Amino acid sequence: MLEFRKEYFKDERDDRLNEVGQPRQRQDMLGHVTGRTRYFDDHAFEGLLHLKVLRSPHPHARLRSIDTAAAERAPGVKRVIRAADVPVNKNTLLSLINFGKDDEPLLAADKVRYKGEPILAIVAESEAAAYDALTKVRVEYDPLPAVFDVEEALKSGAPVVNETYPTNAFEYHEKYNHQKLRFGDVERAFAQADFIVEERYQMSPIEHAPTETNGSIAAPETNDRFVVHTCTQALFFSLGTAAKLLDVPSNRLHFLGGTVGGGFGGKVDSLTEPLSILGAMLTGRPVRYVLNREEEMLYGCPRGAERHYVKDGVMRDGRIIARKVTSYFDAGAYTRLSSYGAVKCIAHIPGPYTIPNVHAECYCVYTNRTPATAMRGFGITGVDFSLEVQMDKLAHKVGMDPMEFRILNAYRDGDMKAHRREAHNCALIECVQVAAEKASWPIRDEYRRMNSMTGGGGERAVIPPTATDEGGRIGAGRPATSTPPRPPPPTVAPPPRAPVPAAAQPRAPQPATTQARPAVPPPPAPPPPVAPAKPAATPQHGATRFSSVFGTRRR
Amino acid sequence: MALTVKTFGSMSEAAAALASDRTARFISGGTLLMRAINEGDTSIGTLVRSTDTGYRQIRSDPSRVEIGAGARMVDILANRDLAFLHPAARIVGGPAVRAMATVGGNLFAGSPYGDFTTALLALDATVSIQAAYGGAQQMPLEQFLQSRDRSSGLVTAVTVSRPASPDAFRFRKVSRVKPKGVSVLSIAAHLPATGGRLSNARVAYGAMAPTPIRARAVERALEGRSLDAAGIAPALAAAAEGTTPATDALASAWYRREVLPVHLRRVLLGETG
Amino acid sequence: MAKTPVQFRLNGSDKAVFVDGGENLLNVLRRGVGDMSAKYGCGQGTCGVCTVLVDGEPQLACLTLAETCAGRSVDTALGLSDGPNLHPLQTAFMEHFAAQCGFCTSGMLMAAKALLDRNASPTREEVAEAISGNICRCTGYEPIINAIMDAAAKRGGGSNREQGHARV
Repeated sequence: MLEFRKEYFKDERDDRLNEVGQPRQRQDMLGHVTGRTRYFDDHAFEGLLHLKVLRSPHPHARLRSIDTAAAERAPGVKRVIRAADVPVNKNTLLSLINFGKDDEPLLAADKVRYKGEPILAIVAESEAAAYDALTKVRVEYDPLPAVFDVEEALKSGAPVVNETYPTNAFEYHEKYNHQKLRFGDVERAFAQADFIVEERYQMSPIEHAPTETNGSIAAPETNDRFVVHTCTQALFFSLGTAAKLLDVPSNRLHFLGGTVGGGFGGKVDSLTEPLSILGAMLTGRPVRYVLNREEEMLYGCPRGAERHYVKDGVMRDGRIIARKVTSYFDAGAYTRLSSYGAVKCIAHIPGPYTIPNVHAECYCVYTNRTPATAMRGFGITGVDFSLEVQMDKLAHKVGMDPMEFRILNAYRDGDMKAHRREAHNCALIECVQVAAEKASWPIRDEYRRMNSMTGGGGERAVIPPTATDEGGRIGAGRPATSTPPRPPPPTVAPPPRAPVPAAAQPRAPQPATTQARPAVPPPPAPPPPVAPAKPAATPQHGATRFSSVFGTRRR
Repeated sequence: MALTVKTFGSMSEAAAALASDRTARFISGGTLLMRAINEGDTSIGTLVRSTDTGYRQIRSDPSRVEIGAGARMVDILANRDLAFLHPAARIVGGPAVRAMATVGGNLFAGSPYGDFTTALLALDATVSIQAAYGGAQQMPLEQFLQSRDRSSGLVTAVTVSRPASPDAFRFRKVSRVKPKGVSVLSIAAHLPATGGRLSNARVAYGAMAPTPIRARAVERALEGRSLDAAGIAPALAAAAEGTTPATDALASAWYRREVLPVHLRRVLLGETG
Repeated sequence: MAKTPVQFRLNGSDKAVFVDGGENLLNVLRRGVGDMSAKYGCGQGTCGVCTVLVDGEPQLACLTLAETCAGRSVDTALGLSDGPNLHPLQTAFMEHFAAQCGFCTSGMLMAAKALLDRNASPTREEVAEAISGNICRCTGYEPIINAIMDAAAKRGGGSNREQGHARV
């Protein structure tokens, strides 16, 4: 049941609401209950052709030869589409916002990098004819060693999954092979902690399993454009992706969508639109490409596998004084959106808690698994699960109630986050209080009286002296521990602030060593990193509009 | 390959058509074959169907029941004489599947499907097969299942013995999702007893092998025993003997073997939960 | 490719179509006669988004050989309302927020109709059983069950009769 707790934050809010809290009928409900809502597949076209793709049976193999002669002669076949037919057969989804290198072909050209990767497409008069023709294609493969585990993939000598990223790790800002967060000195704090809790968490891939499988229909329009009915959750993203792969101005593509039969993040990868359009371009007829259920479950992009190592230092009184996290995101064979997932992850660490020493590294790793993509809070869900299980373990370790333990460590307004942004509009304490109340979970009065608006800031707003490092630097001379400190990496740009006395460490009492003057002076605010120069003739909207956590923009 | 549908008024004509065409398959409720066609199975060239009304008939007498292979799960459920089979019919698919899926088709369902057949197996069923040319033939269900992929005739009916008493026949399907879920395993048991002692017990498993199988070791261990904790102990110890379950998305082979004795105990002792 | 003529009644109107060998009812409804209310979700009888009524019984259109429908009556969600007058199930689905993406809704409605046509006052368990072959991946089962219970009550079913404003 929906319930508004208006006693909270009432001074920060305008409660004169007209819509929020009122029951309102969905605009699309009448269509849904009368069976008249039109999804992408609910459009009739005279002369509709059907497209099916041939998928790799191997997780990693070189393509030695492809013989389509028999398939082309098969009854009902209108066109076989090969890699060479794709105008720009290399893309990465986030290239539309200048993030990452093109690393994925629409149709595999030289090798296949995951089981189920599309190799060619057949456009035929019926699905049955397309399926039948697929059985007549002869492909010779040279199987290659495959790697399915993120940590195995990062070892030297591991099979190179995707030659665009020869170390099997996404390259952030063309500089590091991971996302980096440094705040204070975790090692020193671990030495001072009463307890250390170190755990490993992992999560398997999850398929969105929408009841409507991924699909689209593309048809020539009379004005030299193509109309595209699609299930996409990201209409303009799909439009841009298709325009790039097909090398046509986007105004020749007329995308219609927005009515999605369940997406949950699994319909942002433009899995079908480029091939439907290419099929329509090559045949001059409407072409429908819909994944069948098996394709959707096995080869539709899932939420990726994740692994998180969490090491915490906690004091007997319940204060967490250090948190070190190493996270691995399994992108599968291609980047898709996993690079962004790892960015979200590092932006979320250390969770909604004020911890004076934080050290985190997030890797986006390539393996020979199905490319992963977005799904409901991806980048956050797995690490949040890990951190919250860890919180319960820490509470248990120090003998505290887990609810009170969270209240004690929660962000409060004015606290400094590890990302060097001040915490505002904090509400975790209140959430935990209400959750405890709803669950009839007893918490002590002093914890019931705490709130997010007081007790923060001051010493808790201090940016501790932080040493930076060049670990994971891309290119020659790989990470060297002896590398002298450099200005902090771009993800941890501090806001302008007066130099902080070393004694003013967050929270008292402090472990003795964290009060010692660190070897590294407080870092100056670095200039924002400059994005790689682009030709001036092609204005780019760029990563800065997407999210500041990409590290290319400061608030 | 273009598919052809051939419809015949009698089972013998259908059997002949089936025998004359290597790509022909007989379609009953369609829940197996239409799925294969939808998924691009190009080995099917001809679908043979029959409008023979006898194909759907259920004939029962006090000791035996003959069920036309075309009888659907809803037909079983609508027949009061077949109350002992209702638990097994009720757990096949959802309502729509039960309005389509037939008893004959269930004999061909691959593991982990085919739970109804598990029940038939524990009821000493016989399969009636119409040969391509000539007469009908009878075959014990167990023998039929071993060769079902190579069978050339047409299944026309299944005949089962009525259980000795309503309580003597038990069926249990274990699934993770309720009310409709695919089997982790299923167990059917016919447990006739005289003077509290079992004799000629028949126990069958679904999803514990590529086809439903008899649990021979369990049956032997139950002979002459009583249905109590001590009496069934040897049977539970032998529960997994002869099983070759698959690892699939629902359960691993290890898991299926581990939980089998637990569910067998519940079936034998009449426990719920 | 050889085509076979098939005649059937769709939502009370006679239809005649030519079907391909092995074509399923779902294709015939969607591409043959233009009734797009039944959806393709799996093609294997798992999801229920293609549920229609054939002679009043719920069936999965994707697994129904089109030719078996010759001479029979097929009902889909498009035929539920009487012009602008919604069926009680449709009204109840709207009032109970029993649809999110809407892709399962047509199938859910037909599965529910099959139940209510046979059992005017089902228990909650019977409702859950009746839609057990229909997947709602937005996981809105509770509102859907509430809606079906409410529709039954408002149609004047059994113990809920006192709430009834029969609108059938």
